[in-house]
Amino acid sequence: MDIVSTSGEHPPPSRQPAATRLGDRVFLGLSRGSGILLLVIMAAIAVFLTVRAIHAISLDHSNFFTTYEWNASLNPPSFGIAVLAYGTLVSSLIAMLIAVPISVGIALFITHYAPRRLASPLAYLVDLLAAVPSIVYGLWGGLYLVPHLQGLNLWLNDYLSWTGVFHKSDPNSAARSLFTVGILLAIMIVPIITNVTREVFRQVPKAHEEAALALGATRWEVVRMSVLPFARSGIISASMLGLGRALGETMAVATVLSASPVLTQRLLDPVGGTFAQNIAAKFAEADNFGRDALIASGLVLFVITLLVNGAARLIIARRREYSGAAL
Amino acid sequence: MAKRIDVSGLSAYYGNHRAIEDISMTVEPRSVTAFIGPSGCGKSTFLRTLNRMHEVTPGGRVEGKVMLDDENLYGPGVDPVAVRRTVGMVFQRPNPFPTMSIYDNVAAGLRLNGTARRKSELDGIVEKSLKGANLWNEVKDRLNKPGAGLSGGQQQRLCIARAIAVEPQVLLMDEPCSALDPISTLAIEDLIGQLKERFTIVIVTHNMQQAARVSDRTAFFNLAGVGQPGRLIEIDETQRIFSNPSVQATEDYISGRFG
Repeated sequence: MDIVSTSGEHPPPSRQPAATRLGDRVFLGLSRGSGILLLVIMAAIAVFLTVRAIHAISLDHSNFFTTYEWNASLNPPSFGIAVLAYGTLVSSLIAMLIAVPISVGIALFITHYAPRRLASPLAYLVDLLAAVPSIVYGLWGGLYLVPHLQGLNLWLNDYLSWTGVFHKSDPNSAARSLFTVGILLAIMIVPIITNVTREVFRQVPKAHEEAALALGATRWEVVRMSVLPFARSGIISASMLGLGRALGETMAVATVLSASPVLTQRLLDPVGGTFAQNIAAKFAEADNFGRDALIASGLVLFVITLLVNGAARLIIARRREYSGAAL
Repeated sequence: MAKRIDVSGLSAYYGNHRAIEDISMTVEPRSVTAFIGPSGCGKSTFLRTLNRMHEVTPGGRVEGKVMLDDENLYGPGVDPVAVRRTVGMVFQRPNPFPTMSIYDNVAAGLRLNGTARRKSELDGIVEKSLKGANLWNEVKDRLNKPGAGLSGGQQQRLCIARAIAVEPQVLLMDEPCSALDPISTLAIEDLIGQLKERFTIVIVTHNMQQAARVSDRTAFFNLAGVGQPGRLIEIDETQRIFSNPSVQATEDYISGRFG
């Protein structure tokens, strides 16, 4: 009561909001403003994309979703995203399949296996890799990775062509395929996934690990019983960050892939395309309408990214009562 | 089942810092031995040397001998993992695996390397362990619910069930009631009284009444000053420690004159 009465004649502030001090008010305004700004930016992007995209799609002479070719400058215009959507999803899927296990492995090694002398330089190295600009990866991929992956491509063709997936129509063609793109994307997203997973692994409570140890668990069993389950949602979030980068990656794809409007399950053939690569390749020469058409494809990429993130959140939320977040 | 622990000349280090010095004692099988002493006297560290958990801490190492009947836990070629299966541990804060159900928590130790069992056998052991931890009646209808959803006292009994499910020889308890309310504490103390018929129990406690209530023998630890290693001052029948200890420092501590 004494504390309250210092404000003089004011009635007891039972329902008084907390933010009466200047600092509190300023901070409240700042944080609320930032939150609102975020929503405004999201809405602005969505509105911009949608308006321009609807305009372009309404004038598209062929089916926007099933057409392979992209001929927005023809009269009448005819363009579609089938090849781009397929190429984007397939190359990102390949990248995830390769990158997630490797990243989790590196993060585990750094946090739980490596001697401390080795762990911190290694962590620093991974941080550095995450900071390399994607154009550098792109140049390296196009000039070094493509010729050096030819051998792997031919080997896959020799031994796994019966799967239909690893079949190379023309063995002499360069390895400028969705498969190569997937490998390059994997290399690019390993650092970012590793970084985030490493932080999550570090936060595993000692008590959980000791619980497993005290039961007579080996190091791997400790990881399996307490580290991985605790970090599960974090690993998914980290993978989604990586996937987001892979889906939208432009330069690395553009320097590697020999783009052409062919949709095939043969991942080793030098054909295909992705949303971002197509936009980068066509944007400079496009007229106003061509740009709107490209924006329409950008909108689809935007929606795909949102869907992927939503799916990831569902996975995380599904077993929330087991998440350990309560502890 | 229960085995005798015989410690001789044991010191434990964190890096270059010696945390406990030259401890020798015998812990009788099928009895409760309590460790008491002021904070920082090394009683928890000493407890953790008994199942080789001390060396998990970076820089942690141990000198000396811990005999479990006639096997030296620190002998050459002894696998710490095997030691921890023989010497179970319950921690200060209840730490059930948060991602596991009640059933899976109890079965966790049984499912470790090379100990795979049939489902029916597992069911039996889980039920027996939960009954052994006086928890069965409270959880038998929700074995598939997460263990983290139980109350603190129930979680601690779940951890005890998990520890005894693998049939250890010794059960170490590191202040198992310090995070619990008095009623849950009483439940755990009752449980300790029952468990000592099957296991050798060592309990670290800050609560001297608790030591007096549950233990058969009590060891008093102390340290000469800040930064000095902790030492064992004396170990004796609990009744004697609390009525007529042979060392003055013990009497001072028990009667509240310091610590």
